[in-house]
Amino acid sequence: MSEVDGKRKVNKQPNKQPMPSQDPKVRIKNFSEVALGYTEEDAVIEAERCLNCKKAPCRQGCPVEIDIPAFIARIRERDFAGAIAKIKEKNNLPAICGRVCPQESQCEKYCLVGKKNEPVAIGRLERFVADYEMAHGGETVQKPASPTGKKVAIVGSGPAGLTAAADLCMMGHDVTVFEALHTPGGVLVYGIPEFRLPKEIVRREITNIEKMGVKIRTNMVIGKVLTVDELLQSGYHAVFIGTGAGLPYFMNIPGENYNGVYSANEFLTRSNLMKAYRFPEYITPIVVGKRVAVIGAGNVAMDAARTALRLGAEESYIVYRRSEKEMPARKEEIKHAHEEGVKFHLLTSPIEILADEEGKVRGMTCLRYELGEPDESGRRSPIPIEGSEFFMEVDTVVMAIGQGPNPLVPETTPDLEINRRGNIVADPETGKTSKPGVFAGGDIVTGAATVILAMGAGKKAARAINDYLATL
Amino acid sequence: MYKIRSKKVLGPGLKLMVVEAPEIAAKAQPGQFIILRENEYAERIPLTIADFDRQEGTITIIFQEVGRSTRDLGLLEAGDSILDFVGPLGKKSEIEDFGKVICVGGGVGVAPVYPITRALYEAGNHVVSIIGARNRELLILEEEMRKVSHQLVVMTDDGSYGEKGFVTDALRKILSQDTYARVIAIGPLVMMKAVSQVTKEFGVKTIVSLNPIMVDGTGMCGACRVEVGGETRFACVDGPEFDGHQVDWDLAQQRARMFLAQEKIADEARGGGCRCQK
Repeated sequence: MSEVDGKRKVNKQPNKQPMPSQDPKVRIKNFSEVALGYTEEDAVIEAERCLNCKKAPCRQGCPVEIDIPAFIARIRERDFAGAIAKIKEKNNLPAICGRVCPQESQCEKYCLVGKKNEPVAIGRLERFVADYEMAHGGETVQKPASPTGKKVAIVGSGPAGLTAAADLCMMGHDVTVFEALHTPGGVLVYGIPEFRLPKEIVRREITNIEKMGVKIRTNMVIGKVLTVDELLQSGYHAVFIGTGAGLPYFMNIPGENYNGVYSANEFLTRSNLMKAYRFPEYITPIVVGKRVAVIGAGNVAMDAARTALRLGAEESYIVYRRSEKEMPARKEEIKHAHEEGVKFHLLTSPIEILADEEGKVRGMTCLRYELGEPDESGRRSPIPIEGSEFFMEVDTVVMAIGQGPNPLVPETTPDLEINRRGNIVADPETGKTSKPGVFAGGDIVTGAATVILAMGAGKKAARAINDYLATL
Repeated sequence: MYKIRSKKVLGPGLKLMVVEAPEIAAKAQPGQFIILRENEYAERIPLTIADFDRQEGTITIIFQEVGRSTRDLGLLEAGDSILDFVGPLGKKSEIEDFGKVICVGGGVGVAPVYPITRALYEAGNHVVSIIGARNRELLILEEEMRKVSHQLVVMTDDGSYGEKGFVTDALRKILSQDTYARVIAIGPLVMMKAVSQVTKEFGVKTIVSLNPIMVDGTGMCGACRVEVGGETRFACVDGPEFDGHQVDWDLAQQRARMFLAQEKIADEARGGGCRCQK
C-alpha cells in the first residue's frame, strides 16, 4: 500500500492496478469495449507506483518519445489536464495508443518497477487521461506554428499518415491527407474491432487533428484518381506515403475460394468499417457459421476470432501451426480470447478446405505439426507430422496469416524503389525514398507491424520532411 | 457528397444517373468502374462506368434494380447526392486497332460495353456489335451503340424487338461468316460464360468484364476473388477484364450467391422490395 517516501507517496503494490473489464460471458454478446478504463482513483493509485526515476528508461521504449515520468507525475498530483497536455506534446492519438500499443514490448518493458514486479501500467494511464479529457469536453487543440507556405500531401490516413500530418501541420505546413476509403483512420477503422478500439474514439482524435488545420479528403485512391507525380506537379512540395499493409495473403491451398472463406481484412472490414454486426440496419452482410476457424495467431487473428463469437458463432478456433509460445499476438489479446472461450488448435494447419455441393465450406483437412530448429525469424519452425491428417468440421474460415503492401501506389510511381516483397524502400530514420520529395513510413515500408511503430515512422518522416522543405 | 445532375429511367427497374465527379471524370477510361455508397447505412457497390464527360466533369452510371442497394439508389432523383463515389478503379480496357472486333452487351451489360465499343471504333477497328435483352423494354443504348458500330444486331429473348434469341445465336452466325480478332462481352455471368464457349469453338480471343462482390475495391479485402487460368486474381485490381476462356465460370457463379440469404433479409428489412415487377 501507499507509504510516504520522503515527500512523495510511493505505492509498493507489486501488481498493476487491475483494469475494470466487462465480464467475458456478457461481452461476447456485445461489441462494446472490453476494457472499461481506470477511474480517477485507480489512476492515481497506479501513478503512485511510478518511481519517477531520473534516467526514465521507459522513454527509450516509446517510438513517439513521450515524456512518460512527467505525465505520470501530473496524474499523481491529480492534474489530469496537465498530464494529457504533456502527452500531446508528442502524441496526437493518445486515446488510441493507450488502447492498442503493445506497451509490454515498449515503454513498460524498460520500466524499473518491472524488474521485480509488474511494470507501471503506462498504457492504461495514457488511456485514462485521454479519456478524461474527452469526457470533460476540454479537448485542447494545439496551435500550429505560423504558415510556411509549403504544401504536403499525405497518402493514407492510418496511424503513420495521421501522425505525419499532425506533426507537419504543427510545424506550419499546409497538409492534406488523401484516404481511399470513405472514412479516415485506416486500420484503426477497418481492422481493429469496436470492442477493442471504439470508432467514436478514433473519430474524435481525427477530428482534433482536423481542427488543428489538417485537411482530409476521403474517397481518393492515389494511384488511380491522382498519381504521386501528379500530386507533386499540382503544387505539393512533398508527399508522404503511408498506405499500409493492404494486401491480404492466402495460403494457396485447394478450396480457398469456396463460400465461407474470408481474408481477415474482408471479415474485419465488413464488421468494423461497414458495421455488418448491425445488419440489417447497416446493409453490408457478413455470414458467420456455427464453427469458425481463424488461421494464424497474430493480433489480427485474435480480433477475427473474438469478432466471430460476437457475431454469433458457437465455436471460434485459432488454428496455428506453431505453439502458444510462438504466437505473435499480444499476451493481453491472447488472454482475452481465452477468457471469451476461443479454442486454440495449436501445432495444426489446414492443407485443404472442403465444401458441400453448393460450394459452402464444410470443413478442413488439417495436419499436425511438431517444432524443429529455429528458422531465420528465430522462431522454431513447424514440421508436419506424417500421416497426421484429420478432418476439422467448420463452416467459416478466416485467413489471418498476414498482409503484404498494397501495390497501387508503387505500381503507378515508376521511379519509386521497392524491394522484392513489394515494400517501398525508405530510410528507417527519415522515411526518405529513392524519389526526391517523396517519403514513406509504416507498414508499406516495414511490412505488417503495429500502430505505434507506424506512428513512430510518421513522426520521424515529419521531421525529415520539415528539413527537406526548408531546403526548397 | 456527389450530386446527381440528371436521372433517366431507361426501362422497368433500369436507371441512368449522371453524377458530378470531376476528378474521376478526368481520369476515367473505358473498362474501369466506380464504387459508391449511397448513405451512411448502405453497402459499397461497384458499378462499371457507362460513360464519362471530362468537360462536364461527370460520370454516367446505369444500373438495374436487383436488390436493396440498387433499389435504394434508384429512389434518388436529380439534385440529390450520393454520399461516397470513388474511382476510377480497376484496369482500363486494352484499346488498339485489332482489325475486326465484336462487342457483345447483354441486359444492363450494354452500359459498360458502350464506352469500350466507342473507343475501339475510334481506334479504327471494324466493329460489329450485338446487344440483347429479355424484351424490348429492357433494351438500352441502342442508338448510342449504333453510332459507334459498323453493324449492330439487336436480340431479344422473347422476340419483342430485333431478332428473337440470345446474343450467342447472333454471335455464332457472325463468327461463322467471317474472321474476327477479338470479342468483348459484358453481361450476366451466364451470358459471358455462353459467349466464351462459342468463341472458344472459333478460337477467337474473348475479353469479359467481371463484377463480383466487392468491399473496398482497392485490393485490400479479396472478396472479389476469381480464378483465371487456375490462378486466384482480385477482380478489383487485376481486372475487371479477363480472358473469358480462362475464367472459372462455375466458381464465379457460386461466389455470386454467397450472400443470397442476407440480400433477401436486407430487402425485406426495407419493406418488401419492389412490388411493381411482381
